[in-house]
Amino acid sequence: MKVLVCIKRVPDTGARFELTPDGQEIDTRNLEFTISPHEECAVEEAIRLVEQHGGESVVLTLGPEAAAEQLREALAKGVDKGVLLETDGSEWDPVATAEAIAQAVQQLESEQGQGPFDLLLFGNESADAGYYQVGVRVADRLDRPCVAGIKALKVEDGKARAKREVPGGWEIYELPLPCVFTVKEGINVPRHPSLRGIMTAKKKEIRRLTPEKPTMQLVKRRLRKPPERGGECEILGEGVAAVPKAVEKLKEIGVI
Amino acid sequence: MILGVIEHDRGKLNEASLEMLTLARTLGSPLEAVLIGADAGPFRETLKEYGVTKVYEVQHDQLGEYAPRAWGTSVVQLVRAKSPQAVLAAGTDRGNEVMAHVGAALGLPVAANCTEVRPGEGVYEVTRLRWGGSLLEDAELHGEPKLLTVAPHALSPEPASAGEVAVEAFRPTLDEKDLRVRVSAREEREREGVPLTEAKVVVGGGRGVGSAEGFKILEELAHLLGGAVGGSRVATNNGWRPHSDQIGQTGVQIAPDLYIACGISGAIQHIVGVKGAKYILAINKDPEAPIFQRADFGIVGDLHEVVPALVEEIKKRKSS
Repeated sequence: MKVLVCIKRVPDTGARFELTPDGQEIDTRNLEFTISPHEECAVEEAIRLVEQHGGESVVLTLGPEAAAEQLREALAKGVDKGVLLETDGSEWDPVATAEAIAQAVQQLESEQGQGPFDLLLFGNESADAGYYQVGVRVADRLDRPCVAGIKALKVEDGKARAKREVPGGWEIYELPLPCVFTVKEGINVPRHPSLRGIMTAKKKEIRRLTPEKPTMQLVKRRLRKPPERGGECEILGEGVAAVPKAVEKLKEIGVI
Repeated sequence: MILGVIEHDRGKLNEASLEMLTLARTLGSPLEAVLIGADAGPFRETLKEYGVTKVYEVQHDQLGEYAPRAWGTSVVQLVRAKSPQAVLAAGTDRGNEVMAHVGAALGLPVAANCTEVRPGEGVYEVTRLRWGGSLLEDAELHGEPKLLTVAPHALSPEPASAGEVAVEAFRPTLDEKDLRVRVSAREEREREGVPLTEAKVVVGGGRGVGSAEGFKILEELAHLLGGAVGGSRVATNNGWRPHSDQIGQTGVQIAPDLYIACGISGAIQHIVGVKGAKYILAINKDPEAPIFQRADFGIVGDLHEVVPALVEEIKKRKSS
């Protein structure tokens, strides 16, 4: 089985964001970067599928040279190869991103000469841009069946069986291979890379391609913070001594 | 004409669709709606109340169950026949998925999870959610028609009838590629207690809870208050809680009367999940934890001592 998983490099934010003075970006001077959470699970799913069925996994990202760090992280966890679609680091809209990925997939598949990837995996949405559409667009562009937002996946007899969580239960989908899924966190618990994994990852291949940047049709003007919840926090006390007062509050607001 | 894609499941109209219509009718008129795989009959009155003047009832014998691409293709064919200025759907799993197919077929971007839309000459200015709502983005949306989804809970649904509503049948041409992905079966989940998204009181646990066993006392507190238990990403990623209990950017968003945050530091990805709460009570042993900046009440202390004492005190009051 051949699985391609697409990821995005995003800042690993903590308790609050600071924006750059021009409002164009998050100020990342004091932040680390990571793989967007849903995609971390997509990476884990790709590794597990190859562990189970044999074959090869490939991780792909579109982003600046620095995004190679996130490819290495996926390689350290057990993905076999990396592909970096290198940009100048500016933001690409969902149409441009999907087009560049679809073209890269076609190129990789024709070079390999072994037919299409059995599965293309994406995250349901990236943590930062939240476009909610890149995976579906790539699927339609390549004419492959696709389900978004799945939380369970099983591949058997040339078919993929996927589950999507809905209020009160699950929807079940059965897709022929090759196909495309966007996954949600919760589909698995991603592993941490082992020390050995980190060492081997250094020797794994990262292929670099440079897609052409088209005209953007969804153009960011600026980022801003929404009005924050909050105001004054009334500290009721320390430890168990605060409990009677807390219960009074619960009565006051009508939950007891 | 502005076209709204109506979301429904097994006879029930999704509330987020009404929010979408409330925003859609500010963009132009007339407001029309497309209903796929269902009879317009049961929805007609509600759609009329929300200002819809015409409903396109998409009829096809293979559309009895949700089929994402077939829904997308149906909308695309309707767009080509009726040339709306904008097409909107709710920013739900289905809404975003269907619009992604529409955008792919039309070669246009979808502005997902908009909270505000200002229509202009050829370009719409939109405000949309980023980071699950931790940040807002002001952006320009190009293309014809404009494609967008409306962030759930960004505005309250408000009726505004435009008078009468007409129903027009629309028959799409769907091929095998449109119909190969569809819901083939369903599994119902057994429900225990109050669902997280509907609970009036939610007790949330984070890193400070420390283990699956640690959640037992949170369960007891929730039970006493007729509420439900949820967890932060740390709690679900460590397997202390099932993932469906995760509150935050990559989990569920809740709006209870009271949220009790136990051993939760207050990372922004968690806070976006609880910003709809009327009151937040934070219990954390670190007085510097950011959760105290978002909470209404706070107890500085170890949850493993405070929560059991809280349970005892509530029991005592209840019995007296």
